[in-house]
Amino acid sequence: MTIARLSPTPDGEIRRSFLTGFGKFTLSATAIALLAGNERLALIGSASAQTTNNDVAILNSALGAEQQAIAAYQLGAESGLLQKPVLALAVQFQSHHKQHADALAKAVQKLGGKPVAPLKDYAFPKDKLKKEADVLSFAASLEKGAVSAYLGAVPILTDRELAKAAASILGDEAMHWAVLRQALGQPPVPDAFMS
Amino acid sequence: MRSLVATCLLAILVVGLPIPRAAQAATGDPARGEDIYHRCLACHALSHNSVGPRHCGLFGRQAGTLKGYSYSTAMKKYGVTWNEETLDRFLENPLKVVPGTKMGYAGVKDAQERADLIAYLKQATRDPKICN
Repeated sequence: MTIARLSPTPDGEIRRSFLTGFGKFTLSATAIALLAGNERLALIGSASAQTTNNDVAILNSALGAEQQAIAAYQLGAESGLLQKPVLALAVQFQSHHKQHADALAKAVQKLGGKPVAPLKDYAFPKDKLKKEADVLSFAASLEKGAVSAYLGAVPILTDRELAKAAASILGDEAMHWAVLRQALGQPPVPDAFMS
Repeated sequence: MRSLVATCLLAILVVGLPIPRAAQAATGDPARGEDIYHRCLACHALSHNSVGPRHCGLFGRQAGTLKGYSYSTAMKKYGVTWNEETLDRFLENPLKVVPGTKMGYAGVKDAQERADLIAYLKQATRDPKICN
């Protein structure tokens, strides 16, 4: 699959530029945290090589999931099944995932690892996406999976600043999931705890 | 007195003996397992390779051998065949059981949840409507 840049509607563009500006602030704070994490790891030295390798594996898993989410929202946006304002929402969420992916790739590099590359093709269930609700349900399942993935990452990231950055992304994924559920007419926050 | 000491030692030995994992295994509920499987969906799918390998055909497959998926060297060398016991061990703490695995995830720590998840996987990965 070729991941082309989305071409949102003029309304979406205005909204996105505002949100992107806000996103830049958020990413900047995260980037500082990641950089701080790297400095701390440099102080720890080679004794923690295995834990650093684990952190790289964890971040790369998250990066792979983010790349898949970017491709999924691209598929949704190009499907012709999403109408305003849902289309603008998909564009906005995709931009968040791009920012997450950028931050994660940089963090992997700072730890001395190699960021995973996006798959050439994602075998999404295209034949099952026949209406807007199908696309939203599919996106919601990926967002829920992402929340769980970050929940599984935060406690085992050895660097606390990286864990903080991952938790920050987790919060964003959870908001995506809730908004998508709301759009589907489901209770947006069905439980007090995520798993 | 001697017999009391011997009894206590025996009790300590018996209590301290490791119980085989299979004997500890909880009975899994596939319906609950399906809910738990939702946690895996950012990286896995039943029917196709994604960020992680597809799960259809998982049981009886040797780890790291599915064609069309690029495994870590660590997983290629792991050498086990996936079954209830090997999955239970791996899912509890993937990074500890297979250091170097791509699966950067803390694991499913609750034994009952693992049993439920495995029960679901056992059904779903053999479902001809999903796996063809």
